[in-house]
Amino acid sequence: MTPAPAITYSPRRVAAMVLRYWYLLRSSWARLVELMYWPAVQMLMWGFLQLYIGQNASFFARASGIFIGAVMLWDILFRGQLGFSISFLEEMYARNLGNLMMSPLRATEFISALMIMSIVRLAIGLIPVSLLAIAFFGFNLYGLGFALAAFFANLILTSWSVGIFVSGLVLRNGLGAETFAWSIMFLLLPLACVYYPVAILPSFLQYLAWTLPPTYVFEGMRALLIDHVFRADLMLQALALNVVLMAGSAIAFLKLVDSARRQGSLLQTGE
Amino acid sequence: MISAPAIAVDQLVKVYKHVTAVDGISFVLEPGSITGLLGGNGAGKTTTIAMVMGLVIPTSGSVTVLGTNIAQHRHRVLHRMNFESPYVEMPMRLTIRQNLTVFGMLYGVEDVAGRIAAIAEELELTELLDRPTGKLSAGQKTRASLAKSLINRPEVLLLDEPTASLDPDTADWVRARLERYRAERGATVLLASHNMSEVERLCERVIIMKRGKIEDDDTPRHLLARYGRHTLEEVFLDVVRGRGETRQAAQ
Repeated sequence: MTPAPAITYSPRRVAAMVLRYWYLLRSSWARLVELMYWPAVQMLMWGFLQLYIGQNASFFARASGIFIGAVMLWDILFRGQLGFSISFLEEMYARNLGNLMMSPLRATEFISALMIMSIVRLAIGLIPVSLLAIAFFGFNLYGLGFALAAFFANLILTSWSVGIFVSGLVLRNGLGAETFAWSIMFLLLPLACVYYPVAILPSFLQYLAWTLPPTYVFEGMRALLIDHVFRADLMLQALALNVVLMAGSAIAFLKLVDSARRQGSLLQTGE
Repeated sequence: MISAPAIAVDQLVKVYKHVTAVDGISFVLEPGSITGLLGGNGAGKTTTIAMVMGLVIPTSGSVTVLGTNIAQHRHRVLHRMNFESPYVEMPMRLTIRQNLTVFGMLYGVEDVAGRIAAIAEELELTELLDRPTGKLSAGQKTRASLAKSLINRPEVLLLDEPTASLDPDTADWVRARLERYRAERGATVLLASHNMSEVERLCERVIIMKRGKIEDDDTPRHLLARYGRHTLEEVFLDVVRGRGETRQAAQ
């Protein structure tokens, strides 16, 4: 008889799922190119815009790299969530979800694998683009040092929280809810103040903006690039909000899965 | 010693909003038995199997598999079960070997490579192992799915239309393999099918469902005798068209 697997968390099952997504990526050059294509286009567009503005405005000339930095950190947030959600959606497209739900794979293991894949996909897309930024604009993302690690940690945590919530929605409502995977993060784009300071927003929207962890990261990035100050206080506040957001997403996910099992929607994972 | 049932379904009810899909059914499957679950479209077979797998939570009643309440503790026994259905597929871009590797790891199989080699030989898949699953013919895909469903040597095997859309020769081949697996491993098999000859050949017991209830439950031989019919298909038509009661009353 097959030996009983660990009742709780099994790293081997996480590895199995990571292997499954790695096989998929490896088998499709189109998927690999797509991972790099949009981040490269975005970075080049914003980079040249910054060059142009920098030649005509002394503030932007001083704040070199502010747009390129913003677009690359935005990509961590957006592509991180997309990497998580697309790996999940691949199971829906492949009609493989029933096989997984019926296997000993646990939700926590599945989510762990999706988190790992979001980092793998992000690395494939962002590392070449960060090298392009050095070559074209002399902007070295890695020059941010420890601050980059703090920015990355907070942004990836937010992206996972959103990814977990969206996966629950898709499990509960089928592929009809797929559009949220592609669009939900854009709701944060104006509110998280990616390209401008929070002070620009009307005061009532500022309250809303400060409830979002990425707002602290983008403010922190501007403080670093413009004033050359690392704001650890902003990073800690973002981390605290991320803990709340992650807990909320996990609870919502479990409730949506439970609802899907009650409504029988795990059997109908189509539209 | 009396062995515990492999599957015990007790007063199982599933209501979706205002539709009763399964309406208070009960049955017990002994270890090593092979049972057919028959019924027309909308009879409640798929919902019943989904509840046995734990994919759907019952409105009331319980399902116990290998002594474990499946709605509450399915992860305790999922590694001892497996299933196959034409409505679920393996990732098409992955080769058979890659798919079986992933599922072998998910099910906790120890020597995955060795198990894949053995099962590929058994199911005549060795030559196809490195071919993408999406490039297989329907018959080859069914064999690959069967390999996935047997990768962990399950004690309980749930099969939903295992030979749907297969030509008679391939379907017969699949049935022979299932019979052999059951004989060798003593596995318990619950089989939902529309193919009456398949059920007649494979199953020692048949449960016929209609509108969420069990209409009849007996061996194929007893059903044929009781309904005065020559084939299970005729019995099935009698039951789903409501002629069973009339014939039995007349006799």
